[in-house]
Amino acid sequence: MNKVFGRPRSLTDRLMHYCPGCTHGISHRLIAEVMDELDIRERTIGVAPVGCSVFAYDYFECDFQQAAHGRAPAVATGIKRVLPDRVVFTYQGDGDLASIGMAEIIHAAARRENITVIFINNAIYGMTGGQMAPTTLPGQVTSTSPAGRQVDKLGYPMRVSELLATLEGAAYVVRVSLHNPAHIARARRALLQAFKYQLDGKGFSLVEMVSTCPTNWGIPPLESLKWLEEHMLPAYPLGVFKDIGGGQG
Amino acid sequence: MPRVAFDQERCKGCGLCVAVCPVKIISISQHINWQGYRPAGVEDQEKCTACTMCGRVCPDTVIEVYK
Repeated sequence: MNKVFGRPRSLTDRLMHYCPGCTHGISHRLIAEVMDELDIRERTIGVAPVGCSVFAYDYFECDFQQAAHGRAPAVATGIKRVLPDRVVFTYQGDGDLASIGMAEIIHAAARRENITVIFINNAIYGMTGGQMAPTTLPGQVTSTSPAGRQVDKLGYPMRVSELLATLEGAAYVVRVSLHNPAHIARARRALLQAFKYQLDGKGFSLVEMVSTCPTNWGIPPLESLKWLEEHMLPAYPLGVFKDIGGGQG
Repeated sequence: MPRVAFDQERCKGCGLCVAVCPVKIISISQHINWQGYRPAGVEDQEKCTACTMCGRVCPDTVIEVYK
């Protein structure tokens, strides 16, 4: 009897601290599977953000550095430029990347840094208690927008992938979702492509993963996946926003 | 014979696997694990097709599938 599915080698056996049903665990596993498939674990360096996924360094069997809030792309830039033979990725939530870290991510993409960014977009701040994020949807209730995000006072959500896709330095920018097995499989393929682009030296790659936050959304895990599909996907359409090509195979 | 194994002490009982199982053999157990959650488990291994859907949606890498 052969094992056809199990924990990838690039994940540690540490129990993840994430809440029940949180899709961080799925995205971690996908990244680890891709590290296994490309056989890059021994030369990969991850950069952890500030936020729920700050402890990502405990969960991956590769080297890790934790960055100040939003500064993961700057730290990854330094690592990659000093150690260009390493595979460098950042793992950042929307509070980290799209708010305090917006300058870093834009400039890293514009500079054509040869790094891979995993961007987890669940439209809310998780670790700090469910506050409104730059990605929060119009009308969405958060702890700092208790009446729902009112666009006349609080503006509109940012679509990071679309923004970054306008930059010449970006090689591959894609938005995927984690709400069902088919989309999880597509997310895995996007990650594979992003890491291959880095291995081929093609420049900046970013995989935005539309994700859930059952605890701070106040919605049970399974219903959160439905909420994601019904509310987030219309605001954050899936697809490839930039692909310079040539990285197949 | 396909088989699925749950590491029930790791499980947080989120139920995502219960929803995606095409043969509906996964359910939430009545007992409570050391974390304080009611873990998912399989009642009828005979019906497992080793499709791996449960493992692919599991956020906590609780599930191993054999074929």
